[in-house]
Amino acid sequence: MQLIFEKSVAGKRGYRNPVSDVGHLAKVPGKYQRQQECGLPEVSELDVVRHFTLLSQQNFSVDTQFYPLGSCTMKYNPKMNERIAQMPAFAGLHPLLPQLKQGEKLTQGALEVLYEMEQLLCEITGMDNFTMQPLAGAHGELTGVMMMAAYHKAKGSKKKYIIIPDSAHGTNPATAAIAGYEIISVASDKNGVMSLEELKRKLTGEVAGLMITCPDTHGIFHSRIDEIARMVHAVDGIMYYDGANLNAALGRFRPGDVGFDVMHINLHKTFSTPHGGGGPGAGPVGVTKKLVPYLPVSRVIKRPDGTFALNYDYPESIGYIASFYGNFGIILRAYAYALLLGKDGLKETTDHAVLNANYLRERLKDRFELAFDRFCMHEAVFSASRQAVRGVHALDIAKFLIDEGIHPPTVYFPLTVKESIMIEPTESESKQTMDHFIDVMLKIDDLSQTQPEAVTNRPRSTPISRPDEVKAARDVNTNYFLNRRSYLVSRIS
Amino acid sequence: MASFIANTPADVEEMLKTIGVSSVDELFADIKRSHAPKSFNIPPGKSEFEVTEHLARLAAKNAAGLVPFIGGGYYDHFIPAAVTALISRGEFSTAYTPYQPECSQGTLQALYEYQSAICTLTGMEAANASLYDGGTALYEAAMMAARLTGRHKIIMDGGVSPIYRKILKTYTGNLHYEFQETPVVHGQSDRAQILKLLDDKTAAVILQNPNFFGAIDDHADIVTKAHEQGALLIESVYPVSLGLLKTPGEMDVDIVTGEGQSLGLPLNFGGPYLGIIATRKKFIRAMPGRIVGQTVDKNGKRCFVNTLQAREQHIRREKATSNICTNVSLCAVQSLIYMSLLGKEGLKELAQLNLDKAEFTRQQIEKIPGVQVKRSSPTFNEFTVLLPKDASQVVEAMIAKGFAAGFPLGRYYPGMEKYMIVAVTEKRTKEEILRYVQCLKEVVCS
Repeated sequence: MQLIFEKSVAGKRGYRNPVSDVGHLAKVPGKYQRQQECGLPEVSELDVVRHFTLLSQQNFSVDTQFYPLGSCTMKYNPKMNERIAQMPAFAGLHPLLPQLKQGEKLTQGALEVLYEMEQLLCEITGMDNFTMQPLAGAHGELTGVMMMAAYHKAKGSKKKYIIIPDSAHGTNPATAAIAGYEIISVASDKNGVMSLEELKRKLTGEVAGLMITCPDTHGIFHSRIDEIARMVHAVDGIMYYDGANLNAALGRFRPGDVGFDVMHINLHKTFSTPHGGGGPGAGPVGVTKKLVPYLPVSRVIKRPDGTFALNYDYPESIGYIASFYGNFGIILRAYAYALLLGKDGLKETTDHAVLNANYLRERLKDRFELAFDRFCMHEAVFSASRQAVRGVHALDIAKFLIDEGIHPPTVYFPLTVKESIMIEPTESESKQTMDHFIDVMLKIDDLSQTQPEAVTNRPRSTPISRPDEVKAARDVNTNYFLNRRSYLVSRIS
Repeated sequence: MASFIANTPADVEEMLKTIGVSSVDELFADIKRSHAPKSFNIPPGKSEFEVTEHLARLAAKNAAGLVPFIGGGYYDHFIPAAVTALISRGEFSTAYTPYQPECSQGTLQALYEYQSAICTLTGMEAANASLYDGGTALYEAAMMAARLTGRHKIIMDGGVSPIYRKILKTYTGNLHYEFQETPVVHGQSDRAQILKLLDDKTAAVILQNPNFFGAIDDHADIVTKAHEQGALLIESVYPVSLGLLKTPGEMDVDIVTGEGQSLGLPLNFGGPYLGIIATRKKFIRAMPGRIVGQTVDKNGKRCFVNTLQAREQHIRREKATSNICTNVSLCAVQSLIYMSLLGKEGLKELAQLNLDKAEFTRQQIEKIPGVQVKRSSPTFNEFTVLLPKDASQVVEAMIAKGFAAGFPLGRYYPGMEKYMIVAVTEKRTKEEILRYVQCLKEVVCS
């Protein structure tokens, strides 16, 4: 498909600005003026509408396909949320208003959403307070680890390490490193969970904390999580709960009850906000009393008269971690979702997410090797090792699924499992959808035995197939205009 | 069903039978009984109608009707209907990170076009596919400069958004960075101070254009001096202003960041927004976040993929250039749709319209006795006003008259309690401006 820039025709306009009702009064002085012409396209509104509509149709999405991308919780994103987020009195609200004198009065509705969502998240997770500010999961991790650092600094202890299981998402070690820590990796045991024996060996007084996803990326809940918490607390370490997999825990388990001190939630996973092709998300961070003093500012408080205000007066706070109060538009959607579901709906969500994953696990386990042969939580991790021997790798399976109109599961993650295929159906999907997926997977296994080349040469139905990623990284082209003669020499006449 | 569960009771029964358990509870055996929630006191669910009504009531508690003359980096621009319609398509909004390029070309091509649009707008060679927002983008740029230079001293102009400066200090609090802030003189960067501090230990000089006071500047001279010391120049920009203003590329800036909200995104009470970052091609491997590249498929057809992933956390883990994973792809595409609709001429006109309306407002405000408009530096669509009394009180009194009159500077610049910044976008009509000035006169002269 042509690029929007290639559709440009001099003189076309996609939008007309209003005519100035104050006349032409000002000119940017010459030395401050732009000289080089800007290359934005000249296209009509219909050109733009067609271009982006056609582009959108080249995507698989939850709205159009089964999307069992493990670890990403691709559940249905209710349309109700979208309409609420577009209400002009929310969408048009300027973030600096509450910073004006008496300005809180101008944003009481928005502050109430933030406050009430904080209360809900506290009750759901067993934490004492939340900051709604982090703008994504990894941003939440960084906020949490910075609070961890502030806690140790306040006690005057110099700790250097953060322990992270080998099955963790890449964001955990990346976050810890960016916050100034060194990483100690702990391997998984034969049951697929972090080895307590190895943890014991590696846990010293220099350990600032432990970051763990629970259930982990093998889809397994660590049944000895309370012992881990006790061990880490014994060296005055902080227990960090990565909430990436919280969809498996609603109403079944609260991190705050078993010794976690800090956690983040990906609202774009568990709380149904759209993933947007890679964001925007939101990553609120919860803490127990021990870390409350270090929460970022501002914090939303409720006054005795029932009104809401922003408070910046927390001397031990780590400070500003975002420009304002978080991705409010995302938090608003998540709040609407939580209100709609309520107590029973939240628990039902987790129960069906786990039921669906176990149904898939059970139906596929005779043909695809399970990474760990036991009940799973919200996702099931397989290995395509048997198929790989026949020449059909996890990547081939992924590409075949695309031809069948199914978005592939996560492949080659977790890194701890060879040829891994990580399937997370979520609670939104029906048995009928999963049965179809299972049929396709069984067909793939059949073909891998009889006719492997029928699987490996895929996809065929898509506009493009098997891009040359090596070339992309070698002959880097990330900007249409670079090295285009017109871009370098064209000047406004 | 309110919880969007698709399985019927009959389905559930069959699935349990297949799994070989009698109830869902058995699947949770790894969670010890003693680990069951100590409390789960959540209100019962509601219908869609009830939730929508409840949130409409909360929305009504916000003062949405104020006529905004407030900016501070976040501006009330008009958003054409086509932007909202296109970005609402589920194929864009309910997809995720394009890990499988064959079924994500829509997102991938759009992000390549977005990167290209940002490059042509800023005059830079390489942009990424987005960071969270303008503030966090500036922090990522500072870290990037430190990585590229191997130095840890950063000179920060006082005209950089005070909010961004606070964010930078938080993030680097646990690391070994040295920040030196320089004051603003007559609204512009203090050359003498910056040159005095610049040395061969300096990783970067951070500037903003237009700065927080609204002043525009040509930083080319500072860039040259920074380069002489082997330091990099980071500039934070307001994208709409680049329809008219000298680009960072033309000033030979090394890393550009910006808040992309003005490019077709609603104000949203602080987010989601759009973090822009762009740099030189030779620095691309040090840039954080997702980058989309053009390549060909196995049949030689042009296509797009996530590229240079060896910089990223899912590959490099603790050695990654940043921990960012989810960014704001949808906001990037939204800004691309906006930029495509406006086109190069539309953006230039839009910038001119903002400039003219702001100038008209300035001229009117200047007529108010006792009120002084700072004209020591040229400005774009925001400018600094000196009032005869406390600006926060003036702004408070203006709220009662239906205006968000500006942002008082005293909150972030002690000693400037009588100053405020006033922003005027293309949405303010002559009638609104005249009424605003009349009310301001009443408040100031009362």
